[in-house]
Amino acid sequence: MTTAAVTTGRKPATMAQALGRALRDSMADDPSVHVLGEDVGALGGVFRVTDGLAKEFGEDRCTDTPLAEAGILGAAVGMAMYGLRPVVEMQFDAFAYPAFEQLVSHVARMRNRTRGAMPMPITVRVPYGGGIGGVEHHSDSSEIYYMATPGLHVVAPATVADAYGLLRAAIASDDPVVFLEPKRLYWSKADWDPGRPEEVPGIGRAAVRRRGTSATLITYGPSVPVCLEAAEAARAEGWDLEVVDLRSLVPFDEETVCASVRRTGRAVVVHEATGFGGPGGEIAARITERCFHHLEAPVLRVTGFDIPYPPPMLEQHHLPGVDRVLDAVARLQWESEWTAPSGGKGFAGFEGGVR
Amino acid sequence: MTVLEQPGSYRPTPPPAWRPRTDPAPLLPDAEPYRLLGTDEAAGLDAGLLRRMYGQLVRGRRYNTQATALTRQGRLAVYPSSTGQEACEVAAALALEDRDWLFPSYRDTLAAVARGLDPVQALTLLRGDWHTGYDPHEHRIAPLCTPLATQLPHAVGLAHAARLKGDDVVALAMVGDGGTSEGDFHEALNFAAVWQAPVVFLVQNNGFAISVPLAKQTAAPSLAHKAVGYGMPGRLVDGNDVAAVHQVLTEAVRRARAGAGPTLVEAVTYRIDAHTNADDATRYRTDAEVETWRAHDPVDLLERELTGRKLLDEDAVQRERDAAEAMAADLRERMNQDPALDPMDLFTHVYAERTDQLREQADMLRAELDAAGDTTPGPQEGAQR
Ligand SMILES: Cc1ncc(C[n+]2csc(CCOP(=O)(O)OP(=O)(O)O)c2C)c(N)n1
Repeated sequence: MTTAAVTTGRKPATMAQALGRALRDSMADDPSVHVLGEDVGALGGVFRVTDGLAKEFGEDRCTDTPLAEAGILGAAVGMAMYGLRPVVEMQFDAFAYPAFEQLVSHVARMRNRTRGAMPMPITVRVPYGGGIGGVEHHSDSSEIYYMATPGLHVVAPATVADAYGLLRAAIASDDPVVFLEPKRLYWSKADWDPGRPEEVPGIGRAAVRRRGTSATLITYGPSVPVCLEAAEAARAEGWDLEVVDLRSLVPFDEETVCASVRRTGRAVVVHEATGFGGPGGEIAARITERCFHHLEAPVLRVTGFDIPYPPPMLEQHHLPGVDRVLDAVARLQWESEWTAPSGGKGFAGFEGGVR
Repeated sequence: MTVLEQPGSYRPTPPPAWRPRTDPAPLLPDAEPYRLLGTDEAAGLDAGLLRRMYGQLVRGRRYNTQATALTRQGRLAVYPSSTGQEACEVAAALALEDRDWLFPSYRDTLAAVARGLDPVQALTLLRGDWHTGYDPHEHRIAPLCTPLATQLPHAVGLAHAARLKGDDVVALAMVGDGGTSEGDFHEALNFAAVWQAPVVFLVQNNGFAISVPLAKQTAAPSLAHKAVGYGMPGRLVDGNDVAAVHQVLTEAVRRARAGAGPTLVEAVTYRIDAHTNADDATRYRTDAEVETWRAHDPVDLLERELTGRKLLDEDAVQRERDAAEAMAADLRERMNQDPALDPMDLFTHVYAERTDQLREQADMLRAELDAAGDTTPGPQEGAQR
């Protein structure tokens, strides 16, 4: 990397800052990288991720567009056809829907349609998920729509280092990447040195965030900290939980996930998105197909309810929290019949306690 | 709050900052579609160009009838004919320089062919052996686009990118009258005007979107009028007058290349054939209507002009028809050969690099194909395939 460091030295940085730094470094390294979207210029985006880019690189490289998501992504398609690497910011998860047609009908399949002649190196950044008290249309977890579209990569970082490394990998990718930025982790901090960022193994590799032996929690994005907290809490009950952060939903790192489940014999998939037809169903099915003989219990899912995202004053009931994760872990003491959830009381909800 | 003591004494003044952004008058289209053929102005037109366009029109008409015939033989899955609209197709292709880009819709195979694309490659999408039969970069023709109007923002983005890179490249994007109702049409026009992108939008108003007539599509005075609201000029042209369409498009391309921004051109034409071979046009229009348009046929219009001015004699007409016939025979022959398809291609261009899941699925298909190669299927087994 040839970039002049703006700041160096390890100190606390937020995920939003790391993302901004990834954009900046990508733009500095590669003149074909262009950022476009609503309010990305002078304002720096509503989450300030693009702060300073227009000033540093000019409005031709970091462009405030008219308010039209299909237009933004459609223009990005044409820009990519002409050799640019557009990075598109969608302001909020639910406002990416107008661009769905362009994403599904063109971005995802242009490489295929043209037999490789027209790759689409587009990164679509989508601030996603709940937990920030947003009003309606500001908290959706829409990953399953993207996952269901062949031709797209779908990525969701959970740490400051990953936010930087994965966004750089996404921008460098010759394929389109839907880059899901967990809104409620934007302000999460870690000690980080933007001058010497950690190596991230690229898109498609999961990370084992915590080693354990009793069961595996498989998660990504905003649910990663929840699962790590649950794993700490479970220690008191004698459960040693492994936490796998998928980081990338497509491609899916089956190897890491299955290796973990084979070791622990038990698995819970945790995410904010709805459960019915949600990402967890796909992951559970894969684990069952690959690790059936290693499983001591059915693969369980802890997810958001199957409801439109609730109003902010009720969202804490919808979002899977530590207790609900622990509750599922307790249910992994599979015996014979379906074990019903205990009502979110965690381990306390189980009369017999945990063996 | 101001209380109006005397009704009528209050005269609202405009808000302080208000001013019209642009004078709309120069953006407004003419009241009548612009025409050249048959007018005095036509005498000044380049005879060589007119003859070239004539050859293209004759071949284009033959191409349409041949492709439609291929649907009846089961060689094409579907063909949306542009019979009656050949002037727009040919003029669009000829208005562009080599370095420019064409963004065609599914009906615009002919524009692609007139731009020099091999007729068989142009039909790949409709035959069904692949989605695009050519390398878009080689011909500067984007893939024929099926979802309505979605190619328009692509044209804007490409033209914008070219300008950022300092290339004087223009993009010409084609869309139907129905397509102008789609959101992407509006977003593309707005982006193009705001960015002053070197783009030309060509609307072929052929009267119908499948069965729905223009009156049910828009309440605008004309489709060209829509340009004014975005701040770009709208031009209305007789879409069956190839010289007029060519002139209007060439002027729009020149403007765009000079950095003066986009233009919306509405070419008023008519779809003589049904929407596609699968459509029953008698359900929504009368033979009498079709006949009035036949009397305004784009090939005849130019032929009359050229023969009237002694620029074309019977021999020359025959030569063009022979050339068109030879093209059709070649097309027929090549389309009557089964394309060689490799099923493993299914996995080749999904991602730059195959995912583990795709690798596994490719292995599965490979194994199935190998197994099928080992055993000759019986008649029953074969029927199930
Ligand atoms: C987004 C979208 N909606 C619907 C269709 C189905 N469809 C194909 S052609 C057509 C009519 C288009 O009419 P028009 O834009 O006037 O073009 P024309 O076919 O007359 O050239 C429709 C509705 C489509 N291709 N794309």
